[in-house]
Amino acid sequence: MSTEDTPKDYSESPINLEYFYTAGSATTRFLNQVKEGNIVGQGCPKCKAVYVPPRGSCPRCGVATDIEVPLTDKGCIESFTVVHIPIPGNPIVPPYVCAMIRLDGANISFLHLIQDVDIENIRIGMRIQAVWKPKEEWTHSLENIKWFAPIDEPDVDVATLRFQES
Amino acid sequence: MSDSKDLLRAPFELAYNYKRSNGPVMSKFFEALGEQKILGTKSSTGKVFSPAAEFDPDTHESLNDMVEVGPGGSVESFSWIEAPQNHHLIKEPFAFALIKLDGADSSMLHMITDCNEADLSIGTRVTAAWSETTTKRITDIKFFTLEK
Repeated sequence: MSTEDTPKDYSESPINLEYFYTAGSATTRFLNQVKEGNIVGQGCPKCKAVYVPPRGSCPRCGVATDIEVPLTDKGCIESFTVVHIPIPGNPIVPPYVCAMIRLDGANISFLHLIQDVDIENIRIGMRIQAVWKPKEEWTHSLENIKWFAPIDEPDVDVATLRFQES
Repeated sequence: MSDSKDLLRAPFELAYNYKRSNGPVMSKFFEALGEQKILGTKSSTGKVFSPAAEFDPDTHESLNDMVEVGPGGSVESFSWIEAPQNHHLIKEPFAFALIKLDGADSSMLHMITDCNEADLSIGTRVTAAWSETTTKRITDIKFFTLEK
């Protein structure tokens, strides 16, 4: 078949979903602090677990997490993946590293980028700290943190990342 | 609890730029739309599916016998959209409808416009109106209108 009469073998079928997102009270409290450069988790009054980002309730105990727990921007890598495949529309050039970040004092982790390090050196338990955007660019978003970068501290023992009953 | 007026709100758009592989049967269907023809596939039982189906849901045979259907057809069911929203392709009141094209045994989901809600009922005759430019997509049929 010549190029001319090759049937079109694919079709573009874009999907656009337009939402209007309303943050609940827990997320609003959290993001108002993020705007000021603070990371404030929320603690369960019963089991004392600390959630960051907080969703407003403890899934273990089923009670509201009404204790505000200020955290630092330091923590460790709980798990990570190296992304080699470019995602359309994503400005980050592969290969790059996405990691679950466990902040000191938190019982859950969240997803963010790891940079300023050779990929082959990244490991679970590695100590890291947030690299913030300039203050004038801060908004109600965890994107105020550009990425997390390793710091010169000894690795965390992976066993301590397990949930501790209290 | 914060007062609900203090809650943060923001628009959020989720977009997937999918490219869908058409395969041998649907490629012919879309090619034909570019020539303002509507095709269906015919099974060994004589049943005709349009939009073209790759397999017969009853006999499970693969289908590749293409036959032309339409451009006229009848309304099998419809839902009237009085106030179209941004994401709708037609900005005037219109209906989403299942249309059984002449020569077909299955129905096609498309839009009917240029009429009033009261003009439509099950069995109403409609015919395809074509887009000015063809892109070999289902939207090459711009919409259906009442058969004159």
